[in-house]
Amino acid sequence: MTWDDLLLHARAYVALASAALALGMLAGIPLGAASSHVRALRTPVLTLVNIGRVVPSLAMLTFMVPLFGLGFRPALAALALLAIPPIAINADLAFRGVPAAALDAAAGMGMTRTQRFARVEWPLAFPLLFTGVRTAATEVIASAVLAAFIGAGGLGEYVTTGLQADQPKWLWTGVAAIAVIALAVEFALAFTQRRLEKGR
Amino acid sequence: MSYLMKHLPHIGGLTLQHLALVGTGLAIALLIAVPLGVFTARTPRYGPPVFGLAGVVYTIPSLALLAVAVKYLGLGFWPVVLVLAAYAQFILIRNIAAAIAGVPAAQIDAAKGLGLSGWQRFTRVEIPLAAPALLGALRLTTIALIAIATLGGYVGAGGLGSEIFFGLQRQYIEETLAGSIPAAVLAILADAFFRTLERAALRKSG
Amino acid sequence: MTLDVQGGSFTVLLGPSGCGKSTLLRTVNALVKPQSGRVTIDGNDVAEADGTQLRRGIGYVIQAVGLFSHMTVGENIAVVPSLLHWDRARTAERVDELLELTGLPPDRYRDRYPRELSGGEQQRVGVARAIAAEPRVLLMDEPFGAVDAILRAGLQDEMLRIVRSLKTTVLFVTHDVDEALRLADRIVVMRQGRVEQYDTPLQILTKPATPFVAQLLGADDALRRLSLMCAGDAAAAGQSTAPETIAADASLRDALNRLLGGVTRLSVVRDGAPIGTLGLEEIRKALQ
Repeated sequence: MTWDDLLLHARAYVALASAALALGMLAGIPLGAASSHVRALRTPVLTLVNIGRVVPSLAMLTFMVPLFGLGFRPALAALALLAIPPIAINADLAFRGVPAAALDAAAGMGMTRTQRFARVEWPLAFPLLFTGVRTAATEVIASAVLAAFIGAGGLGEYVTTGLQADQPKWLWTGVAAIAVIALAVEFALAFTQRRLEKGR
Repeated sequence: MSYLMKHLPHIGGLTLQHLALVGTGLAIALLIAVPLGVFTARTPRYGPPVFGLAGVVYTIPSLALLAVAVKYLGLGFWPVVLVLAAYAQFILIRNIAAAIAGVPAAQIDAAKGLGLSGWQRFTRVEIPLAAPALLGALRLTTIALIAIATLGGYVGAGGLGSEIFFGLQRQYIEETLAGSIPAAVLAILADAFFRTLERAALRKSG
Repeated sequence: MTLDVQGGSFTVLLGPSGCGKSTLLRTVNALVKPQSGRVTIDGNDVAEADGTQLRRGIGYVIQAVGLFSHMTVGENIAVVPSLLHWDRARTAERVDELLELTGLPPDRYRDRYPRELSGGEQQRVGVARAIAAEPRVLLMDEPFGAVDAILRAGLQDEMLRIVRSLKTTVLFVTHDVDEALRLADRIVVMRQGRVEQYDTPLQILTKPATPFVAQLLGADDALRRLSLMCAGDAAAAGQSTAPETIAADASLRDALNRLLGGVTRLSVVRDGAPIGTLGLEEIRKALQ
């Protein structure tokens, strides 16, 4: 076990989690925006998303194996699917929470549809939407540890190897690195959220 | 799926083990979280330190926590139950405190005016009014614990996770899915079950 | 229905809720497209104009105000100027000018957020935002509906002063009869999507065209009519020995108050010179 090795695993772990979170936002935000704007979409989207939220992360990871085999790709797909529900649900709530009066005023003042979205809807929805991203990040970071079980590597390998080979040093290194990353991300996101909420 | 069908009795037994893990973990968690939740609802200034501590535990990925517990307590049922109970604290305490604090002050005041004692107010007014939110807390916790309990299979605590990990070790995905599909179904059913209870409680408490 | 609104006038659309007055207002800035019929401004059909361009030239104030909570007061007021690509210096100057005009000292209010303001202050900002780019037409949909009754009169006066100085054409929706009488040059009484009467406040009060108008305005409410007539017009000619005097431009309502307070006759004075006398008889005559 070397520093370089730890760094390599940590980098893989962070890359997997952030790629999954990015994919989750890419899919979850439009999904929530659609379900909040189109009445007919709301029930099907929220039902589907709720099932996605309930499925255990380890189960979700294994579900991707028949589709993608073992390795990075199934892990990325599973983690992205786990990130979507909290993001989509909060995006839906956030967009529906934008006061109708603000949108009416924006239209009455002559903003185009794009301007209304960019200048009024998006900034007003953003703080609540961010809460969803924060929840998703916590979930993805925890689940990315489990990605080691389907051969995606990362810091989870330190924990599994440490347990199986009874190597306390490996185990503790893995646990410490995972805990530090999880707590650091959580504090950073919590701090950002407080800043966002202060502004309004 | 054919593997799952062939081994139904075995999977059924694992499901019961899984439920035993979750049930025991939840029961122990409630013994700690209910008093703490009510306490922080009554004295909000103790909220931040209590939530903060529980939040740190919640933020650390569960496999890391489980690995440490196993390292020092050995393999088997109880280390997993301990981790489940620790992990549940954050969701439970925060939501119980919010549920109790959310009971309208006017109704508590009216109960006082009617001469209900502190304990009577708690059991006859606060608990029924907070019931939907309390059930919501139970739902979120149960689902989280069903998920974490799948890791019990990795450290010899049985449950549906053992099927998942046997399959992964032998690279036999059918066997893995025979554990993960029932685990997902279990979580979905638990969600539906508690949602039904919540709706019923909501009708009662208005 | 056909309505011809004079440029620069203050026209109030009055009617019970759900009578279509808000919808009519929203056809003017094309937020609602009429199923049939046309709305024209200076002869141009609004349906043919580009909706967003059109709306940038029309002020719009609504009951819920709809200030943008993520923008400061100054940024809210600057929205339309920025849509119109005014340069920064001109916009900043205009924002301060408008805050001044609406009685909100710029240094204290410019950088605050809407949630830090009272309901009345928020609606002042709402009005300032609507008139920022000097619109030719100003649409107001129950702007003071959510404001405390005590503050409402003050806001109405202030708003009247501001729009008179702008010479903007105002269309104002309300269900409050007193508000309509107070503000309007002309009132449109509406019921179930139709115009019942379109006339000056005095005409509508004194000559209601339909039983509905009479009932809505409470035309038999003599006091309300008296408050619209002045003492000089009702006075009987002749020298008076009554020691109590009243100005010729005072309302008959004030006169009645004093006559019911123990005074039997009043001398009516214009510019210090007596022009006649006033008693209960004359007031009764004026009402017939």
